[in-house]
Amino acid sequence: MRILGLLSCALLGALLIAIAADFPEWGDAHSPASEHLSPYFIEHTMEDTSVPNIVTSVLADYRGYDTMFETIVVFCAGIACFFLLGSYACAEPEERFYRSVETGVVLRFTGDARPRPDSPCFERIDPRWTPRDIIISMVGRIMVPFIQIYALYVVAHGHHSPGGGFQGGVILGAAFILLALSSNLRTMTRCIDHKVLGVLSALGVMIYAGVGVTCMVMGSNFLDYAALHTILGVSPVAARSLGILFVEVGVAMTVMATMVVIYNNVASAGRYEEGL
Amino acid sequence: MFTIVDEAVLLLVIVCAIGALSIKDLVGAGILFGAYSFMMCMLWAVMGAVDVAFTEASVGAGVSTVLLIAAVFRTTRKTRD
Repeated sequence: MRILGLLSCALLGALLIAIAADFPEWGDAHSPASEHLSPYFIEHTMEDTSVPNIVTSVLADYRGYDTMFETIVVFCAGIACFFLLGSYACAEPEERFYRSVETGVVLRFTGDARPRPDSPCFERIDPRWTPRDIIISMVGRIMVPFIQIYALYVVAHGHHSPGGGFQGGVILGAAFILLALSSNLRTMTRCIDHKVLGVLSALGVMIYAGVGVTCMVMGSNFLDYAALHTILGVSPVAARSLGILFVEVGVAMTVMATMVVIYNNVASAGRYEEGL
Repeated sequence: MFTIVDEAVLLLVIVCAIGALSIKDLVGAGILFGAYSFMMCMLWAVMGAVDVAFTEASVGAGVSTVLLIAAVFRTTRKTRD
């Protein structure tokens, strides 16, 4: 079986390399891809949309329909993870561990018993407890706001520099995941509840589709942002640039929420209580 | 355009890929996969695809490594085959 697998792997790899030799040269100006569509985008992007980053304008304006369904794919991935792993039936694990802050004694509670929630003497710990490392938790706490600001910059500045909704959303989600990694999952869940995350991931898709439907209501094609210029009070060219910003914000919300939802479900086996 | 540095990075990509497939420790495989993604990100940046490089750095090297390690945390650390 192992030899068969190796053989098929080598065969398919050889086939792939043989086909890749047929590709046009890197940076070939006369390849079919760069002879028909690319010159149009390079020459007309600035006057059509006033967006200097051509990649962003192709992604969110000329090919906005594709990007909408990419966002929906990300949303579906989060939903699938939630339905496969999430378990509301046993939201509270059978046995919970509380550690006395002053003495270090660990108490095991089963059933409904627990210390008072606001008690300063006890802290909830995971079954696989590792001592709290002050360096890791402090560095994580200091880094998180800066990572979030950078993520918002990436989302808002996608017109002018590399980046946009997907990248900014992932960085924003990674900031929350860093918070969960450097302290624990409950700290992150206190900052952003998993129900809020579910609403955010759906809201992002709704913003994207809503912008498209608004364009239709204004009497133009789906996702033709130029139709928004009467609402926004700017020229049609500037309206396309602003429309890109709106859909990028929607993409960022969906991607951020989905990343954190997937992490929550995988790390805590769907309980949002004890995890990595 | 392909200088000696690019070829060295390309070699490292292949070494990381083979290492990630053959290593027994699954956490190590996840980290090697992150290294592979980061090398790919450098290659994208050299080829001028800055947006793709940015996506690769944030998704491939950042979040997916964490997700792989979280999955290992919930299963077993050693692979059986």
